Amino acid sequence: MIERTTVRRPSLTLQRSRHELDRTLFRRVTAFGPRAVPVSVEGTASAASAGPRERGTPPPGAAQGASRLRRLAERRRVRDLGLRVAGVLTVLSALELCSRVGLLSQDWFPPVTETYAELGRLAAGHPLWTEIGRTLNGWLVGIVIATLLAVPIGVLLGSNNTAYRFSRVVIEFCRPIPSVALIPLAVLVYGVGLEMKVFLIVFVTFWPILLQVIYGVRDVDPLVQDTARSYGLPPSARFLRVTLPSAAPYIATGLRIASSIALVLAVTAELVVGAPGLGQSIVVAQSNALLPRMYALIIVTGLVGWALNSVFQAIERRLLRWHPSQRREVAQ
Amino acid sequence: MTRRLLGILLELALPVALVAGYWVWSEQADNFYFPPFGEILDYFRELWLFDRVGSDLAPSLLRMLAGYGMSIVIGVSLGVLLGMSRVLRTAAEPVVEFLRALPAPALIPFSLLMFGAGDGSKIFVIVLGSVWPILLNSIDGVRGVDAQQLDMARAYQIPLTARVTRIILPAASPRIFAGMRTSLAIAIILMVVSEMVASSNGLGYFVLESQRSFAIPDMWTGIILLGLLGYVLNWLFLRVENRVLLWHRGVRGLLPAARTGAGDRGRATAATTAPAAPHPPSSTLSSSEKSDA
Repeated sequence: MIERTTVRRPSLTLQRSRHELDRTLFRRVTAFGPRAVPVSVEGTASAASAGPRERGTPPPGAAQGASRLRRLAERRRVRDLGLRVAGVLTVLSALELCSRVGLLSQDWFPPVTETYAELGRLAAGHPLWTEIGRTLNGWLVGIVIATLLAVPIGVLLGSNNTAYRFSRVVIEFCRPIPSVALIPLAVLVYGVGLEMKVFLIVFVTFWPILLQVIYGVRDVDPLVQDTARSYGLPPSARFLRVTLPSAAPYIATGLRIASSIALVLAVTAELVVGAPGLGQSIVVAQSNALLPRMYALIIVTGLVGWALNSVFQAIERRLLRWHPSQRREVAQ
Repeated sequence: MTRRLLGILLELALPVALVAGYWVWSEQADNFYFPPFGEILDYFRELWLFDRVGSDLAPSLLRMLAGYGMSIVIGVSLGVLLGMSRVLRTAAEPVVEFLRALPAPALIPFSLLMFGAGDGSKIFVIVLGSVWPILLNSIDGVRGVDAQQLDMARAYQIPLTARVTRIILPAASPRIFAGMRTSLAIAIILMVVSEMVASSNGLGYFVLESQRSFAIPDMWTGIILLGLLGYVLNWLFLRVENRVLLWHRGVRGLLPAARTGAGDRGRATAATTAPAAPHPPSSTLSSSEKSDA
């Protein structure tokens, strides 16, 4: 073993350097990868994923270097966690201080500690979870219906240019319409309840999903498609093996955007017209002058939104590990 | 030529068919919720040319523009700050993520308590909802600035303000504009929502009040006006973005080659604007060289 390596040293180093070259090239390419995928409307290439510039990039020639790198990364992770906690604590204690000192009047801004105590009491009781369930119920039904409608139509419009041009003006016109303008109409037609919420959510989340699907389907690499066609793959197989996987990241982004819009709409509908749910209970708490409860409920709403967003991001990352837009994070 | 004409006809066929279909259907359907299209048009002319423009449309638009402008200023300046400092960015991340995920309408009761029922609370809600896309995109844009240019600028001792205005902001502007486009839609939505709660004028108030008093054609005119407003503002924004970012598309070679006139203009603007981004200003450069010598 040893003799061999000593004999072949030149070629081995050559190989290693070429391997290194490959690695750096790969890093370059993958660093540009995500930018090629339009991050779509929201553009939330999450702030968590550190850019390629900030990663320590010493060439890990030996196992020793790699372990040092890992230790460094570990230390950095701990420090980042500390920074995050410190950031949250700073904001919370600043608010607490402002309220206690009287910079923010206690009439309308109770100390944060009281809000959190109320939050604890609420979380122990039953009604809070019922309200969350009501809000999420409308959210879920709306998203599912919108997805079931938007994906087939998007695939159709994306794969057929005539159909796309036929419907382009309608899509472009309906998309920027402020969704909430339809709340009165929805109340008239469906009354105050789940149907109204679902109608609003479906109408509004339909467009971002549709657009993402259309872009995704149109963005399939023509070379891959031609190859599949020249190998005689039937249309159904072409769709399942080429079009759908290639459009999947776009669809996932569309769903994530739709999820946050749907939550906004659900809360708005509850707040404005009083459909049962988190938004309505915020209004009730406010009109009963239960301020800590109101703030606790607002915090709960934010947490629900944050949790939904995180879940969608995690699913996206998990399902699309193979896609270049996600691969960078796994590679490093 | 005939092909282009056919294409335009194809694009217009569906909208025309939809409007005509609704017109024909509503004339004979006699549905209370969906009044005849002609009636809606009559009401529209009566209400919005220009009877209620001053009392409802103008306050709405002013509030929205104020909130949108403030969120651009706050979002870009905070974004540059957070984008340049890793420590600050990491520390602010959980708070930003939380506030971004919080549905802005949930804050309406809070802002009512804080600012009362006047314009302040509505502008506050608009800012609080529409600042996040701009902020996050600015952060990403600043982080995506070519590291070599920054190192170069630092090596030439370009002062910080010049680095920000000449290198970082131009390089981040495509991302910032992407965020601003998203924010525009959010600002319009929040304008309407904030007017639906505890308000006495504005488009959102008008639409909701019409529905509550069962003035159905009035409600429809409001909805149509809001649709037109969203469409027009979006179109205006795209025009502005195209003009401002023309140099960027020219640099990236994204300008359509077929339209030679536009392409040339793009290249000309690229030649005049782009060097401001990658190269440090010449006067500062020479002075710093002198001081070094």
